Amino acid sequence: MTKKSGRKQMTVSVCYGTCCVLNGAREVKQALEASLGRHRVPGRVKVTGGRCNAYCNLGPVVTVEPGGTVYGKVTAGDVEEIVKKHLVGGKVVKRLTIGEKPGLDSLPSLSDIGFFKDQVLIAMRNRGRIDPDSIDDYIANEGYLALPKALTEMKPEDIIDEVKKAGLRGRGGGGFPTGIKWGICRKSPGPDGKYVICNADEGDPGAFMDRSLLESDPHSVLEGMTIGARAIGADVGYIYVREEYPLALERVTKAIEVAHEYGLLGENILGTGFNFEINVVRGAGAFVCGEETALMASIEGEQGRPRPRPPFPAESGLWGKPTNVNNVETWANVAPIILRGGDWYASLGTEKSKGTKVFSLVGKIKNTGLIEVPMGTTLRQIIYDIGGGVLKDREFKAVQSGGPSGGCIPTSLIDLPVDYEELSKAGSIMGSGGLIVMDEDTCMVDVAHYFVAFLEEESCGKCTPCREGIRRMREILGRIVKGEGRRGDIDLLESLAVTIKEASLCGLGATAPNPVLTTLKYFRDEYEAHIYKKRCPAKVCKALIVYRVVADKCTGCQRCVKACPVGALAGARAQPHNLDQAKCIKCGACYEVCKFDAIAGDAIYVE
Amino acid sequence: MQKLSAEKLQSHYRDLKNRKKSRLVIVHMGTCGIASGSEGVLEAVLSASEELGKSGVTIKTTGCAGLCSREPMMTVELPGAPPVKYCDLDGAKAKQIYAEHVLGGKPVGKFVLGAGAESLH
Ligand SMILES: Cc1cc2nc3c(=O)[nH]c(=O)nc-3n(C[C@H](O)[C@H](O)[C@H](O)COP(=O)(O)O)c2cc1C
Repeated sequence: MTKKSGRKQMTVSVCYGTCCVLNGAREVKQALEASLGRHRVPGRVKVTGGRCNAYCNLGPVVTVEPGGTVYGKVTAGDVEEIVKKHLVGGKVVKRLTIGEKPGLDSLPSLSDIGFFKDQVLIAMRNRGRIDPDSIDDYIANEGYLALPKALTEMKPEDIIDEVKKAGLRGRGGGGFPTGIKWGICRKSPGPDGKYVICNADEGDPGAFMDRSLLESDPHSVLEGMTIGARAIGADVGYIYVREEYPLALERVTKAIEVAHEYGLLGENILGTGFNFEINVVRGAGAFVCGEETALMASIEGEQGRPRPRPPFPAESGLWGKPTNVNNVETWANVAPIILRGGDWYASLGTEKSKGTKVFSLVGKIKNTGLIEVPMGTTLRQIIYDIGGGVLKDREFKAVQSGGPSGGCIPTSLIDLPVDYEELSKAGSIMGSGGLIVMDEDTCMVDVAHYFVAFLEEESCGKCTPCREGIRRMREILGRIVKGEGRRGDIDLLESLAVTIKEASLCGLGATAPNPVLTTLKYFRDEYEAHIYKKRCPAKVCKALIVYRVVADKCTGCQRCVKACPVGALAGARAQPHNLDQAKCIKCGACYEVCKFDAIAGDAIYVE
Repeated sequence: MQKLSAEKLQSHYRDLKNRKKSRLVIVHMGTCGIASGSEGVLEAVLSASEELGKSGVTIKTTGCAGLCSREPMMTVELPGAPPVKYCDLDGAKAKQIYAEHVLGGKPVGKFVLGAGAESLH
């Protein structure tokens, strides 16, 4: 590096790949920041959490730009020398430089792959790295190191303060500040004990964050719950998992057993005198049982129906005792916060939404999967950089966030930074983190119909506006997609939405109209086309579309004749084929073969 | 396992961290991985290890690796080298990877998704 004007902006990157971090990269980063401060160079030098460079055996790795000098096996003790000699003095510290990448030049680096590049793991810190059935694997990766700190070095109030400082908010949907919730429950008198509950009901269609966390890293949830129980003063915990998650159930049950053997659960945990038990309860898989009061009723053996709040669970919850309910992902964030401090956690994210969020990215997207990104990452980054874009390079139309009670966000808002506030401004919600990507071939009225039909089935029926109102909405939408929409239907949907939202007890009814309201807000023209022109612009609603053969283009290859399951297509070889509309069930099989087969002539179209 | 005290937990952690590193084969087996065939991959790895040798090799399973659309996935981590992730696997590919990379030390480039670890905060 040449030291020209001495004013050149320099960047020091500390690799934050899992290997480097476990070898001490965090300490190196802290030492760098302190040393830069001492030498008064922060104006010229940036310290950034770098990405994995695949020098994993040489970590922690520090890169200095410009010049591209790579230092390996850097310890906090080496930092002063690097700063003094290189950053201030302009001379490379030869003793610490490393040469070529270790024989992997021809392989792509994970840090260059869009799907992994922009992800930052906290809740999923152990993903793909530990055996969920091995508690030793968890411990070897700094697991159960936060627990002794919370039990021996911190008072319950300190734990709560740390979680408040972190700015952690509930990952189950509502986004309520976790530290505040714990504080209320701690203060609530509980002479007969208190409970903590882990909500693993995860009823949103297309969402699998919580299942995967429990399957991959059950101890991270157990450790978080134990720390929370200590902060709140609870002695018994429940994990409520739906029966459809057999693998999660099996692994979390086993993890509890082993944690007992290690003295990490049960009586006198780690010899500190603290007692805490965790029980697993299997839910029958009703969406409404994810609502906390319905969930508690279900644990008590009652019907899973919500009840009015107040009293809030923190005052009178399970069996009338003070109870704190948190989502799986919320619990999984607790141990790292205690281990590294609230400030560390709060350094990621936006002003009001701190840390990271796990999303399940599904639908018409190239890379489907589970992702964890800092709050404030834009939809564009999530869909294009991480998700790789829309499947088959079709046009992006909307993304549905927040599950059935969420909303559809259109292309025009693709640069929306994803956090609690921004999503609700757009008319949707964070929900538990499902993101369903839709392309140009998705009919938004059909989507609204699907979600409303789901909610009609899942409404517990206690509140009339929810039970009857959602049913009426589904009937109206059902008519519209069948081409029987009437003038006034849109007004009726809007007025029903207001009543259902206002007059329902729980969040199910209060959010049920969201899919209809957001699609009406952003895609009103599609509703109008269905109702007034009897057309489905996305060509999805069967009652409103017709398949036709263009005689000029048809090569007479008979592929469609073979593909048709009902014999609606006929015609001799090399002659234009006929489509019998009376028989056609509009399955689209002929369209698919005609469009994508090389011999066929793309002669079938939909209108 | 004897119940741990806070101090014993710390020393247990240190012992685990300083464990001698073996050649590590990880088959990712979340629900999505299993649904797309990771059990077949695990079987192939296990039978390859019986057939070709398994001294100094640790085979383990984890939960989901995140990228559902490229499952089944597997990671090979040799001492002193970064982890290498493989995707879109089946039994035959897994066996080849076991022979050439795990035992032979040479990654099978055509099945590799990427080398290196994921980013923590
Ligand atoms: C209809 C309905 C379904 C819900 N489903 C879930 C769920 O599946 N998982 C969850 O964690 N929270 C769910 N919630 C939110 C819970 O009531 C509760 O707010 C949450 O578990 C609190 O945890 P948190 O503060 O960590 O988010 C649901 C709420 C409603 C109204």
